[in-house]
Amino acid sequence: MDVLRGTFIIAFKDLRVELRSKEVINAALSFALVILLLFSFAFDPSAEETREISGGLLWLVFIFAGILVLNRSFARETVNDCLDGLVASPLSGAPILLGKAVSNTVLLLVLELVTLPIFGIFYNVRWTVGLGWLLLVLLLGTWGLTVVGTLFSALTVNVSLREAMLPLLVFPITLPILMAAVQLTTTLFSGEPIAPDMVWLRVLIGCDIIFTVLAGALVESVLVG
Amino acid sequence: MKNRSSAILAAASGVMLVITLYLTFLWVPMERTMGVVQRIFYFHVPPFFVAGAAILAGLVASIRFLITRDYRFDDLAVSAIEVGWVFDSINLVMGPFWARPVWGIWWTWDARLTSAFVLWLMFAGYLILRRAVDDPSARAVMCSVVVIFQAVGGVIVYMANRWWRTQHPQPVMGGGQGSGLDPRMWYVFLFSLATMLVLFGALLQTRRRLERLRREIDGLRRTVHSEA
Repeated sequence: MDVLRGTFIIAFKDLRVELRSKEVINAALSFALVILLLFSFAFDPSAEETREISGGLLWLVFIFAGILVLNRSFARETVNDCLDGLVASPLSGAPILLGKAVSNTVLLLVLELVTLPIFGIFYNVRWTVGLGWLLLVLLLGTWGLTVVGTLFSALTVNVSLREAMLPLLVFPITLPILMAAVQLTTTLFSGEPIAPDMVWLRVLIGCDIIFTVLAGALVESVLVG
Repeated sequence: MKNRSSAILAAASGVMLVITLYLTFLWVPMERTMGVVQRIFYFHVPPFFVAGAAILAGLVASIRFLITRDYRFDDLAVSAIEVGWVFDSINLVMGPFWARPVWGIWWTWDARLTSAFVLWLMFAGYLILRRAVDDPSARAVMCSVVVIFQAVGGVIVYMANRWWRTQHPQPVMGGGQGSGLDPRMWYVFLFSLATMLVLFGALLQTRRRLERLRREIDGLRRTVHSEA
């Protein structure tokens, strides 16, 4: 119960800070649009193959923009020694991690829901076909990425080269989540039934559970030392 | 003591490497379809097993460090990962030389190749992170956490990759090398594996000693600075 309450306190705190400053979301959204633009030079946007690689493209946009969000998650706490305050507060490590992961997930989902229609227009992808399933995939994939990313954001907060370290460490570890999300998203975009890809949904859920438990177990070592 | 054991291991691996070379190039029969290229197999596959053993050792050492906070386990973890990274590099570099004549391509995103490359990237990330942190206690904790995540992620990547590629079958993987090996080929393979493991042990011991000395020097330097 305490963990749950602490999680909500931290999540609301972070979201309120973001709502007032709009520091991250504007930058991340603009960055996502820049990547969408760059894709148009990498291949012919009208080609039929676009649909086959659309899931991968979309998730590339999400993870690159997501890294910006994750990098700031703990970096913003270094000002005025806020991180020391957080660690010294009555909250234990788990609610701090989960709260920040929740707020990062919300931010990323907002970003994804804005990017998705723009992606659909630019690259002629029908994204509304299996919208319910797509939302589930977005939620599960984003949670897995952010829970690992948030822990590693805490881990790399005082490291020189932080901006490069985070993707270098997070992307290889979260690869199974990305693979599953890409596979499912591509299937949904092509309008095919999702049933044969159920194994990927299980991979996604399994990874989410494993990484959440692992992050929760190790966060205390990361924050306190 | 440790110094001596690493010297013995190094000498043994030197002798065994020569024997492995003899076995590989002169003793073992020629493979019928692939010809001489197949002999890379004896130097290509064992390093991958060693890299796997290295990350396993790194994982166990990291978990034990987090429990005991004994820095000798941190020494072991970094030594295993660094040496394992070298073996994984050997595996990755040798592979394309075999693949080019046999498959006709240098590289394919097949399950095993992808996993080996992801493992290599994880090792590299760990080593870069280590250099980026100055505080030894923070570094040891951070690196331990990273190894645990990487080991778990690595296993899932390998499993997921198998499912991933079964949906897009790669024609080049028909008839793996493991199907119907001549017994003599097995002997050479196993001997080469033993050689690589002894070499791994020798390098591991030397690297551990280096790390321990580094840590001691670092501690002495800190003492001097605090007294000055």
